[in-house]
Amino acid sequence: MKSNVKFVQGNEACVEGAIYAGLKFFAGYPITPSTEIAEALSARLPQVGGKFIQMEDEIASMCAIIGASLTGHKVMTATSGPGFSLKQEALGYAVMAEIPCVVVNVQRGGPSTGNPTHVAQGDVMQARWGTHGDHAIVAMTASNHQDVFAVTVEAFNIAETYRTPVVLLFDEVVGHMREKLVIPAPGEIPLVERLHTSVPGGVDYHPYLPREDGRLPMSDFGGVHRYNVTGLFHDMWGFPSDNPGVVHGLLRHLVDKIENNTYQMARYKEFCLEDADTVLVSYGSSARSALHVVRNRRARGERLGLLELQTLWPFPAAIVREKCARARSVVVVEMNTGQIMREVKAAVSDPERVFLANRIDGTLITPTDIRNILRLIQGRGV
Amino acid sequence: MAVKDFIRERFFPHIWCAGCGHGIVLNSLLRAVESLGMSKNEIVMVSGIGCSSRISGYLDFHTLHTIHGRALAFATGVKLSRPELNLIVPMGDGDALAIGGNHFIHAARRNIDITAIVMNNRIYGMTGGQFSPLSGCGIMATTAPYATVDQGFDVVELSRAAGATFVARSTTYHVQQLTKLLREAILHEGFSVVEVLTQCPTYFGRRNKQGGAVEMMNWFKDHTTPVGSKAKAENPDLIERGIFVQKDLPEYCKAYDQVIERAQKGK
Repeated sequence: MKSNVKFVQGNEACVEGAIYAGLKFFAGYPITPSTEIAEALSARLPQVGGKFIQMEDEIASMCAIIGASLTGHKVMTATSGPGFSLKQEALGYAVMAEIPCVVVNVQRGGPSTGNPTHVAQGDVMQARWGTHGDHAIVAMTASNHQDVFAVTVEAFNIAETYRTPVVLLFDEVVGHMREKLVIPAPGEIPLVERLHTSVPGGVDYHPYLPREDGRLPMSDFGGVHRYNVTGLFHDMWGFPSDNPGVVHGLLRHLVDKIENNTYQMARYKEFCLEDADTVLVSYGSSARSALHVVRNRRARGERLGLLELQTLWPFPAAIVREKCARARSVVVVEMNTGQIMREVKAAVSDPERVFLANRIDGTLITPTDIRNILRLIQGRGV
Repeated sequence: MAVKDFIRERFFPHIWCAGCGHGIVLNSLLRAVESLGMSKNEIVMVSGIGCSSRISGYLDFHTLHTIHGRALAFATGVKLSRPELNLIVPMGDGDALAIGGNHFIHAARRNIDITAIVMNNRIYGMTGGQFSPLSGCGIMATTAPYATVDQGFDVVELSRAAGATFVARSTTYHVQQLTKLLREAILHEGFSVVEVLTQCPTYFGRRNKQGGAVEMMNWFKDHTTPVGSKAKAENPDLIERGIFVQKDLPEYCKAYDQVIERAQKGK
């Protein structure tokens, strides 16, 4: 077998994607079901001259990667539900101070300690609104290891392009399942590197003054530009300000730089949508069962299609609307009580034709679960 | 380089009350940095939230004003990713040892080369005078209208037990000593802690009838003594000043270099 072909867990696929993207600093804390990411990086990072640190808690891990990002490195942390809750304040700091970083949440059942070794997708809205205050966020997911790898690389690219934290919202099944992964050759997936300022030393550098294209070039801590970074509303120098114009301008910038680029960040896959009268919308491990149903029903002549979302936030509403426009019914397949279903209902022209096929008992939603909902919608009984 | 060259004049006046001791700590710190002849580009100052934490914004270093209690965790990320930088972390007593207590003991345990300055005024100033884990028993505060029943931490003993390899204490009255201690702390390779007793006349002084800034600083003069002095033996209630711990142990970032070496040998 070629050395670039591996048989790995999804968590390891995420690690390989992060190393490929140029990860140089990881801080973490043990938590099921994401621990393998920390374990693998404790071995891999020092091999490539990077640094791994096991911090005293989840909060410290999030804080440490923000500090390390400011010295010019690509950084990541990984956790699961309870840890993701603890990281929220510092995640908001990264939003406010515009610090590129990647935060992995391998979802398990919640609330609270919940169901640590079992699958769920209940953190979709937490990823969106978990930290306090108005803001925008990027969150991505994947259903198989090749996509976990690619989406992880993309998360680093988006973090650097938009100076933002990016959440990778995987789940226990994808994290722990083993399947084939082919590591792409260097250069096969383009990488976005840190955009450094061209302002020379001795000239006033404005860390929070966007260029014409909206991007904010950075200067590494330890470099020739000394500036202030704060979680307070701040002006173009990074100095605290409660001037209403400054506050309004910054909040608009933080939201607009993400929301206005929804289309550029939207990653999705479609299967048999061209003539579908029933569209399944799914993501993560749920999409595996959904895809099985589509293939199975297509073989029997039913016009079923799948829209698999990889970017959950910013929610690609226009794409969902377009892909579902011709469908008589839309079934959202997810392992929560309908977190993405609400977004789909808001996106389509007729929310009455949107249904939910879900499972919230810690086990993977099966093709039979989905088929039963389809039979109900079609008036055929279970 | 003159001390004023370390200041971002654009961002003055500062937010501290008249009589606050934090400006004295700032003065002392800048004199220590100046005496070391360090480049401003080599210094990263990381702070949390509170009156003391605003110190970072006023200084012309790389400055990171973070969230409440977590300054040392942010600083750990900066330091480990760029070990050649000098990390100075000024914190208030609540910031360092209530919400930030866990990060404090673990930074000490790792012996990572960071200088932690605990500006101890025994009160939460920015939120208006609530008691802190360093207030101690019998203190009046807005959240202790019948006086505190909480015991306080001893920063020196806590730091020593947690593994800090340099631990010192002084006060805003003993500013010459403070400058020397801060200098020693910055030079020390490993986790260093300097506790500074500083006055908050606005909240602590007023509520506890300790008078204004002058009376509070006189209290520091009268109630402290050099470490190991005869006065302490005669009067155990006196608070000791000076260096309590100063030892060489492997520094965290240097130790991690060995991890990298071992990992790359196996390749």
